[in-house]
Amino acid sequence: MTIRGAAYVAGIYEHPRREIPDRTIFEIHTEVALGALADAGLTMADVDAVFCDSTTGMGAFSLVTHWGLQPTYFDNTETGGSSYLAHVGHAAAAIAAGKCSVALVTLAGKPRSGAGVERMSFMPGPESGFESTWGVSGAPHSYALAAQRHMHEFGTTAEQLAEIKVAASIHAQHNPNALLPYAVTIEDVVNSPMVADPLHRLDCCVVTDGGGALVIVSPEVARSLGRTNAKILGHGEAIKHTNNGRIDLTYTGAVWSGPRAFAEAGVSVKDIDYASIYDSFTITVLQTIEDLGFCEKGKGGAFVSDGALVAPHGILPFNTDGGGLCNNHPSNRGGMTKVIEAVRQLRGEAHPAVQVPDCQVALAHGTGGSLGSRHGSVTVILGQENA
Amino acid sequence: MSTLPDPAPIITSTSQAFWDATTEGRFTLQKCDACDLVVWVPRRTCPTCWQENLRTFDASGKGTVYSFTIIRKGSGEWKEVGPYVYAYVELDEGPRVQTNIVGCPVEDVHIGMKVEVEWHETGKGAAIYRFHPAG
Repeated sequence: MTIRGAAYVAGIYEHPRREIPDRTIFEIHTEVALGALADAGLTMADVDAVFCDSTTGMGAFSLVTHWGLQPTYFDNTETGGSSYLAHVGHAAAAIAAGKCSVALVTLAGKPRSGAGVERMSFMPGPESGFESTWGVSGAPHSYALAAQRHMHEFGTTAEQLAEIKVAASIHAQHNPNALLPYAVTIEDVVNSPMVADPLHRLDCCVVTDGGGALVIVSPEVARSLGRTNAKILGHGEAIKHTNNGRIDLTYTGAVWSGPRAFAEAGVSVKDIDYASIYDSFTITVLQTIEDLGFCEKGKGGAFVSDGALVAPHGILPFNTDGGGLCNNHPSNRGGMTKVIEAVRQLRGEAHPAVQVPDCQVALAHGTGGSLGSRHGSVTVILGQENA
Repeated sequence: MSTLPDPAPIITSTSQAFWDATTEGRFTLQKCDACDLVVWVPRRTCPTCWQENLRTFDASGKGTVYSFTIIRKGSGEWKEVGPYVYAYVELDEGPRVQTNIVGCPVEDVHIGMKVEVEWHETGKGAAIYRFHPAG
């Protein structure tokens, strides 16, 4: 059994604001939930499954209490920013198994205004004492290790990494909600302040408040809604970790999640019309493109040069909303917006300047955690009804 | 560059023996008697054959820089001490361990650099390991 065609993304909503000091995290969850349900043509009363990460306390307890729901199915898979892509796959599997028919996935957070209480604290793992002792205080420090090694082994350059930010910024110009809605140049990126060599400030994603939501439904519900929905074709997930102290920093868990998703969807890289690629940092995109098979390992730098990622006519149009690099990275977690923009592309609802013509099959990929230690990689492939 | 903070590591009952040895200047590793694997980080069961046959031995304290970054500005007690180097050092025994590289200008650090361990006493039942260029 596969999930191919077993479920549809019927509703999407991205919070339009990037700084929300006047709302609590639970209020933002509610806003985006209602927004996605309205987009689908459904209401909260139709929801029978709830998916969320671990930032709202003990699983979904507080959320379902707040919403007054009695779900028949719930899942609180936590893999950082890739959680919501895992939720898509898990919701499709649950729908295929008959456990539920309308699944709500929400994300909310306020790292920009900092005013909300982030109820996230993890118990230290057996490895924590060996990793938290060296002055590492932010994601850039850890991702920089991966970038440095990739440069060493494959000759990847700072200018090639900058091409990724430049492409995202070209798209962001058309998104009035983007935090950074303007184009930048390669020179802007490599001349921006160094944060952690070789990553500059403009190699890093934005920090934003906000959130988003998805409504995932059974084929029967999808048919009743009378609109274009994105069919879920396949999903793959993997955790890449430090491998008993033998970590290889040059690849991501996409080497495993990608083939699983492609096999389930029955498509290959050449069938992908649009890709949302997790872009916490430019290096995250570069390694993921290689690992998903869009180019040979180590050739990502050459691949992204000369506008390959620029919509609508590049070889691999990506992150047409401006991505995490320019638009939005709510709650420091970019996976939700990756799915949302892929669905917009399949519906033909992306900005006309970046809409990929006749977008039939789209890929969304999440990388949650760190390339420098451990992360959850999740790949989701979506398509038009006839895909 | 010995001006970096010396924070006490998080110590669990599993890692207690490792950190106890650091106060004597010993970098210990475990090796599985059943499958010969050198294990990192310390634990009770081998991550390959899941037997409780791990034997502790003293490592050489020598290694090679596998990757690194220069952190321009840290946070908390690291906020004013930058730039400093955060790195993975591949020990001669195999494991790649996270650490700082000290004892040379930050711009001299490079992948492939041979390094050896030095110890920084935390005063809290553990010394933390950093590496400097091999002499």
